[in-house]
Amino acid sequence: MKIYLIAYKNLLRKKTRTVLTVLGIALSSWVLASLLGFNKGYEGALNHDIDNMGFQVLLTAKGCPYEAATLMLKGGTGLRYLKESMVQGVAEDHDVAAVTPMLMQAIFDPNKGESGGMSGYLGVDPATFPQSKGFLEFKKGGWFKDPDAREAVMGYEAAELEQRDTGDKLLIPEKNVEITVVGILKRTGTQDDGTIFLPFRTVQEVFGRKGLLTGMGITVRKDADIDKFTERLYDLPDVQVVSMAQVKSTIMSLLSSAKVMVFSIALIAIIIAMVGVINTILMSVFERFQELGILKSMGAMPSDVFKLVWAETMFLCLAGSSLGVLLALGLARTTELLVRRLLPYAPNGGLVQIDWRLAVGTVAAVTGAGLISGLYPAWRAARVRPLDSIRNEAE
Amino acid sequence: MDNILEARDLRKLYHRGSEEIPALDGVSLDIKKGEFVSFVGPSGSGKTTLLNILGCLDNPSSGTLRLAGQEIFAAGRMLSETELTRIRRRVFGYVFQRFHLVPTLTVLENVLLPFAFYRKAGLTTDVERLLADLGLAKRRGHLPGQLSGGEMQRVAVARALVNDPEILLADEPTGNLDSKRTDEIKEVLLEMNRKRNVTILLVTHNPTLARTAQRTMELQDGRLVC
Ligand SMILES: Nc1ncnc2c1ncn2[C@@H]1O[C@H](COP(=O)(O)OP(=O)(O)OP(=O)(O)O)[C@@H](O)[C@H]1O
Ligand SMILES: [Mg+2]
Repeated sequence: MKIYLIAYKNLLRKKTRTVLTVLGIALSSWVLASLLGFNKGYEGALNHDIDNMGFQVLLTAKGCPYEAATLMLKGGTGLRYLKESMVQGVAEDHDVAAVTPMLMQAIFDPNKGESGGMSGYLGVDPATFPQSKGFLEFKKGGWFKDPDAREAVMGYEAAELEQRDTGDKLLIPEKNVEITVVGILKRTGTQDDGTIFLPFRTVQEVFGRKGLLTGMGITVRKDADIDKFTERLYDLPDVQVVSMAQVKSTIMSLLSSAKVMVFSIALIAIIIAMVGVINTILMSVFERFQELGILKSMGAMPSDVFKLVWAETMFLCLAGSSLGVLLALGLARTTELLVRRLLPYAPNGGLVQIDWRLAVGTVAAVTGAGLISGLYPAWRAARVRPLDSIRNEAE
Repeated sequence: MDNILEARDLRKLYHRGSEEIPALDGVSLDIKKGEFVSFVGPSGSGKTTLLNILGCLDNPSSGTLRLAGQEIFAAGRMLSETELTRIRRRVFGYVFQRFHLVPTLTVLENVLLPFAFYRKAGLTTDVERLLADLGLAKRRGHLPGQLSGGEMQRVAVARALVNDPEILLADEPTGNLDSKRTDEIKEVLLEMNRKRNVTILLVTHNPTLARTAQRTMELQDGRLVC
């Protein structure tokens, strides 16, 4: 006869109570595992979305506006240039997976709208740009293939504004150059919507900027240290670096306040479960005062009785948390649907991710908390004296 | 020298509010190894109090107790639960009026329960034999709920004897039993005393049972009267 076996059999004595307590612990463990799994999954999915945005670092000449909007506000002035030859140097850095050159130009178009307006052109490399921005989808047509083709891809809004379809001609004002629209993008909700994409050699030629770029998009290797890499880029003369890592850290800091919420709820779930555990075990200790006293008259040390009651707590928590984790695993997809409905912005991919480490961690955390809650009931039990049992007998 | 228990001037005072109740008022006695002694007396005369102190379940207020020549209680020295437990494990087995069996364990498991906490070094108890001696051989797989009162008390006796104690203490073991079952327990106690040479201290209100013992002591108001 082992103490653990006695503990186990004792739990079977009040089956309903044991089952209810285990269910309570299971529910909290389910909430805990799902919340932690969500926390992990959401972060992963968000990272994935950001990583798919294309290049993570934009390198431009110092003082050069890097947003089309700024450029247009400034009336197409204020552009500064990098030498095209720098691309090679940057591409050789060990942290770089790909570099795509870009040349931005803006020009006043008197025929635009009612009183004319600025048109922005972004010269891109058909060999590398489409891969860097693999998420861009076409409403119609596709990318130009030739680096110096007289062809254009129009952002969704640009095409609406200019009322162009694929196959239509587009005139670059002042330059009197006609180009053919070969593709129209779907709406992205980004500045790409208002941009007209041209092959960068064409832009260089038409605008007379041979060998020059306004910037380059850099895709960094997965395992790269972006901060260190950014520092290295600043060694280049007269450049400025815009990093998606900054964007990411902004989103993450927003997320961290949500995390605090998540952990508070998880904590409350655990506390509720533990109150249930204390209640159950304490009740069973009080009911068994006599029996525990008799065990002591049989030679059980206070530590033996402590172990016995603690083991019961442990069994309850192990069973409950294991069940809860299984529940969380089994219902992860349902949880996910629920969460998607509740969240204002949900990235793509699995939002609730429960792996074995999280599962084991949840079981360990709940059982650990249970063992702490079990300290008091076990201590009370250990203090029972055989005499108390015998005294009660008379009454 | 073959006294297993020597009590000198044992006193026990209980406090109820400001009132002092002398439950034991100076008891001295010697008990020989292998003796079968019964204690009788009116209700409230201090029988249970005396048995608990002799059995190291409780400390006396004053007086001394020697166990096999070794001083257990002496002037004013109180033993802790742990110290008492150590002595109890080694020397005593207890049977109470209520049987106190664990309802979820079978007869055999209940009898072996003390081994979960302690097993005398080198002890080779023949549990089968013990069960057979107590007429429980066919009952070993049953749960307490399936037994009669007499059988339950016999299980309790088996449990008290499994660690081969030197002294068996029984406080009104037949208090919950009818006369037929009482006779059964009487036979069992006698047999254990003879066969296993266990010293038995028995508290009972039953005169027939009391006469079974070799010696009967009577208590009144916390004193021995004969
Ligand atoms: N824990 C206690 N607190 C206060 N008084 C007590 C306590 N235990 C016993 N007493 C008192 O001590 C006296 C002796 O009690 P004890 O239980 O030893 O008597 P008893 O001879 O066993 O009686 P019974 O035959 O009814 O079992 C009684 O007056 C009882 O009320
Ligand atoms: Mg009594």
